Amino acid sequence: MVRYTLRRLLQAIPLLIGISVIVFLMIHFAPGDAAQFAISERANEQQVQQYRHYLGLDLPWYRQYARLVGNWLHGNLGTSIIERRPVSTILMERIPRTFELVGLSTLFALLLALPIGILSAVKQYSMVDHAVTVVSFIGIAIPSFWLGIMLILLLSVTFHWLPTGGTQTIGQPFSLGDHLKHLLMPVAVLTIIQTATWSRYMRSSMLEVMAQDFVRTAKAKGLPNRLVLMRHAFRNAVMPIITLLGLSLPTLVGGAIITEQIFAWNGLGQLSVTAATKRDTPVILALVMMAGVSIVIGNLVADLTYRIVDPRIEL
Amino acid sequence: MVVEPTTSASPGLGTLGLQREVRRVTIWGRYAKNRLALLAFIVLAALALISITAPLWEPYNHVLDQTRTATFSPPSFSHWFGLDEYGRDVFARAVWGGRLSLWIAFSSALLSTVLGTIFGMLAGYFGGWIDAIIDRLIELILTIPFLLLLILAAAVARPSPTSIILILGLFDWPVLARLVRGEFLALKRRDYIEAARSVGVAPTRIVIRHILPNAMAPIIVTGTLIVAIHLTSEAAISFLGLGIQPPTPSWGNLLTNAQNYVIASPFLAIFPGLLILITVLCVNLLGDGLRDAMDPRQRA
Repeated sequence: MVRYTLRRLLQAIPLLIGISVIVFLMIHFAPGDAAQFAISERANEQQVQQYRHYLGLDLPWYRQYARLVGNWLHGNLGTSIIERRPVSTILMERIPRTFELVGLSTLFALLLALPIGILSAVKQYSMVDHAVTVVSFIGIAIPSFWLGIMLILLLSVTFHWLPTGGTQTIGQPFSLGDHLKHLLMPVAVLTIIQTATWSRYMRSSMLEVMAQDFVRTAKAKGLPNRLVLMRHAFRNAVMPIITLLGLSLPTLVGGAIITEQIFAWNGLGQLSVTAATKRDTPVILALVMMAGVSIVIGNLVADLTYRIVDPRIEL
Repeated sequence: MVVEPTTSASPGLGTLGLQREVRRVTIWGRYAKNRLALLAFIVLAALALISITAPLWEPYNHVLDQTRTATFSPPSFSHWFGLDEYGRDVFARAVWGGRLSLWIAFSSALLSTVLGTIFGMLAGYFGGWIDAIIDRLIELILTIPFLLLLILAAAVARPSPTSIILILGLFDWPVLARLVRGEFLALKRRDYIEAARSVGVAPTRIVIRHILPNAMAPIIVTGTLIVAIHLTSEAAISFLGLGIQPPTPSWGNLLTNAQNYVIASPFLAIFPGLLILITVLCVNLLGDGLRDAMDPRQRA
């Protein structure tokens, strides 16, 4: 298994290099560049050009790329052109914000989707199953930004129970209760949508497993139904969820972009929108690299867990 | 097994003394049995009809005409969805926005499906270095999170319907390509393909005329679901301000300012989002219904 892991990681390196080149070229050859966004709007063309030269943005693309990668190899993630701060500082500030948002919602989604899916499968075609199916279909179809706005409309504007956005109330010292109140709605949005998808997968996976012979054998042996479910059926049915969990790792990094925009949440998602709009190459590349690495690791972890859970699988 | 008096349907069976009614089983027949999917189809057909005929009964200037004295009006008989922050008729904007959004979603899904099928076919049937290159390409595109990729591409391109169609179409084919590749890998080992090859049928003809028709079912189903994904993606991009630019309406950018004005008029936010929700829901139900109807393992 160690050799397999190493092989996968080695294969990932050219992949990541390729991605960085492609994204870099995409930004570089697009019209407009960071200099005009970074400088005051009242600057004239000559000043913009001076700033561009100062930033090194008029160098040929391979030299700019080499400079960026050279910095990376020395552990330096570069400096944000727009914010004029080290990229690593910006990331350090924003990563905890996104992590708590996505981490909490993934946890809640898991805690909700698994039982719901199992229940729906066990009581297939019952009223419960139909209700769950309808709700999860809606949950899959609902646009996340609309759900966010509707929640704001209901809970903030109409009832004044929760704040409309941000990570904490401005001007007041940090308090956990206040932070949790701000956290509630964005986490709710992400949890609802995630639960809808996962409960569907859990249900269909569970149905597939329950139809198999070994389950019938377990029941025929006289095992109590609950044991049959939990010890045999569930263990096998949970595998697609493990894959999905591994594949959802990039969200931890890519950030819940839309949700962070709606709730003005200072996370990585919001950062990626701003950086992309303003062509902040070091930041964009850092984010893309993080996302790429997390997808590679997520896929790898999912495949390894598959192997652990089901030893019959050949890697 | 039902024994019923038959008409002329099966003279052969009749001579044996067995009389049975013969019914043709069609995909539509199987699809229509699922009432929810049927309802979804009707709703989508109605939406398509409304979108296509819009220029006939809702002139485009309704989208642009501003009534600055009556901004944020709630729904009324003359303006079914109310007026927006500039006093424009939200219903007209929703109709024309839907026209644009649906057109974009449909075209880009078509582009993705065609590209994915072609690449999948090449990779699955020919294998070897073609497969290796295409696989690397798929992995490359799939390793960047989709929304991030869209945002990057939309931010650096000139925002227009065509560029959005191209971006969505050119970056969303990998998943379908993987699916098609799997299908072709499986199908090319079938005996009848082996037979065709041994007789000397050209590879192109084998792929197009023999394998592809058998792989169509998952392609159609996935293609339908891709429409839903593209609809949501276009709405998300436009919502962020990177897609269709105002004053041209699209379901996404109708929601962009709705958040700021949610106190002045909640209806600005409710209707466009509801439309997206209903459409995506119906497309998903359509795709699911098609999948069940075309599944050869289920007896209707």
